[in-house]
Amino acid sequence: MRRNTRTRKQAVSERDGSPARPEGPVLQVEDLTLYFRVTAGVVKAVEEVTFDLARGRSLTIIGESGCGKTSLARAILRLLPRNVHTYTGTVLLNGADVMKLSDERFRREVRWKKISMVSQAAMNSLNPVLKVGFQVAEPLLIDTHTGKTEAYERAREVFDVVGIPAAFMDRYAFELSGGMRQRAIIAMALITDPDLIILDEPTSALDVLTQANIMNTLKGIKQELGLSFLLITHDIATSSELADEVICMYAGQLVEQSNGQRFYREPFHPYSQKLMASVPTLHVEKKPEFIPGQPPSLLNPPTGCRFAARCHKCFDRCEQEPPTFKYEDSKVKCWLYE
Amino acid sequence: MSETREMQSNTILSLTDLRTWFELKRWGFIRAGYVKAVDGVTFELKRGEAITIVGESGSGKTTLLRTILGLAKLTGGEMLFAGRKIDSNNRRDLTWLRRQVGFVQQDPYGATPPFMNARRILSEPLIVNKVPEREQEHRIRAALKEVRLIPVDDFLPKFPHMLSGGQQQRLVVARALLLRPMLIVADEPVSMLDASVRVEVLELMRSIQESHNLGVIYITHDLSSVRYFSHRAFVMYAAKLVEKADVKDIVQSPLHPYTVTLLNAIPDPEPENVGRFKDIPAGEPPSLINPPNGCRFHPRCLRIIKGLCDTEQPPEFQPASGHFVECWLYK
Repeated sequence: MRRNTRTRKQAVSERDGSPARPEGPVLQVEDLTLYFRVTAGVVKAVEEVTFDLARGRSLTIIGESGCGKTSLARAILRLLPRNVHTYTGTVLLNGADVMKLSDERFRREVRWKKISMVSQAAMNSLNPVLKVGFQVAEPLLIDTHTGKTEAYERAREVFDVVGIPAAFMDRYAFELSGGMRQRAIIAMALITDPDLIILDEPTSALDVLTQANIMNTLKGIKQELGLSFLLITHDIATSSELADEVICMYAGQLVEQSNGQRFYREPFHPYSQKLMASVPTLHVEKKPEFIPGQPPSLLNPPTGCRFAARCHKCFDRCEQEPPTFKYEDSKVKCWLYE
Repeated sequence: MSETREMQSNTILSLTDLRTWFELKRWGFIRAGYVKAVDGVTFELKRGEAITIVGESGSGKTTLLRTILGLAKLTGGEMLFAGRKIDSNNRRDLTWLRRQVGFVQQDPYGATPPFMNARRILSEPLIVNKVPEREQEHRIRAALKEVRLIPVDDFLPKFPHMLSGGQQQRLVVARALLLRPMLIVADEPVSMLDASVRVEVLELMRSIQESHNLGVIYITHDLSSVRYFSHRAFVMYAAKLVEKADVKDIVQSPLHPYTVTLLNAIPDPEPENVGRFKDIPAGEPPSLINPPNGCRFHPRCLRIIKGLCDTEQPPEFQPASGHFVECWLYK
């Protein structure tokens, strides 16, 4: 099994003629900000988020719903709705600034070529009237000048990578189970051999066994193909399966960035601590807790620290907004770590 | 004899070999077979007891719940609710049954009509069940207070979209309580909620359960979230309950090979997970139209006994007291 994947990997890289991926971090995001205009005012969905993602690593973004995780992913991929108010910051992909590209060039050169995405509820995003094989081959057929035979050949390869029998290429989406559909979507994201895949809640609609299977597949892909992942999820237990690095977001802001080893053992930010305490565990005896209150509205966020109202360690400094402090190897946005 | 009567008065729900099959028809009238969604389920639920039914999607857990609610007809077996036999063709039985069972849906936003405010949502079941008007207001307020949507006057005129996910779910719990049921069934009550409020909703449900001495049935695919909130857990696979025991026993010493793999698949938040591949049996749950002969898990089972597991359906064994398992390994 292992050996097979390795030969597949060689086949993949030979075909593309790109023997090695470029050096340096895949993605560097600096002060990325995204506001939306709505009738009630301006929604500050993502505010000054800064992080790096090293090649071949996976970064997990966790946070509650409405904290701006998905908006962050969409801002990186520039999949924006019409009511954008502010969209600033820098996004460096392989060291090149992609924010400067025009929309058309971004579409042609970056989206799905360099960065692809497995979107939320991906199971339902397959077209019901087209065969799965065609849908997976489609990204190659559309923008690159790949012939049909070659594109289907490549589709067969990625089907193999994600663990779907090649015979399923001729099936329609409704003939596949949920897990198979999810794998097909992952195959679709892999087919252009991108540098980075953004996974937005890839397993949240699936059963535990299927979820574990998909996670195994993703880990395999990461090891064999050296891809980088950006995993966005609210399911903290599952997030640990693909977390070299962890970013915790709260109310549109990055509150903590740590490596996985540190974060799941002892998070620094009071919000991360509370969030980890709320995760139920099965194999370890621990009574889960909850965080009282609810996240602030992003229309009129509080001026000081945004978590202050729910924080158990709140003190008078918290009335001012904390900058992001470096603490040990981590970055924490909290006055406690000044 | 007196002992059985004693037990009956304490038992809310008793299912014996319950079957819910759906007919498959070809051309609209020729019978082509059955989907055996629930196939021989037996258990008893006592007053004040909370149980969890764990299983994958397609294992029949929602159909079991619909049968208990009287929304699906039972094709075989017997269902006793508080000692009364329920005949799913008898409208009287069903009307009575539905008053006794409160339902907490999975998706609170989908379960509450967006054009009704909280007061209207909560008065609906009271109107349908002809509760006198002067009592309605009192009951609505009591229910909202119970789920801690206070101050009540602030919440009464609110529409579902004005509430957060946790508040919506608490509204749904309040609605389930209005008719003062004996049993609450909750279909994945927290799976749509954020991690930080899940425990809050579950704790609320437990406090209500204890104060009213209700029976509660949780249906879920994630055992870790409800393990502290239920007494017993039943594992469902391909329309059957393959293992029944106290939650603690299921978590600490699972017996059925399916339970073992299911528990292995549920991750704890640990950094070691990154480098660890999980042992997950290949394949998928069987079709419920033509389930495999013998044990239904045998095509995926790693501990299969050839010649036995693939030919004969295992009966229920009891390797430890209160721990039931349908597996030939414990013969």
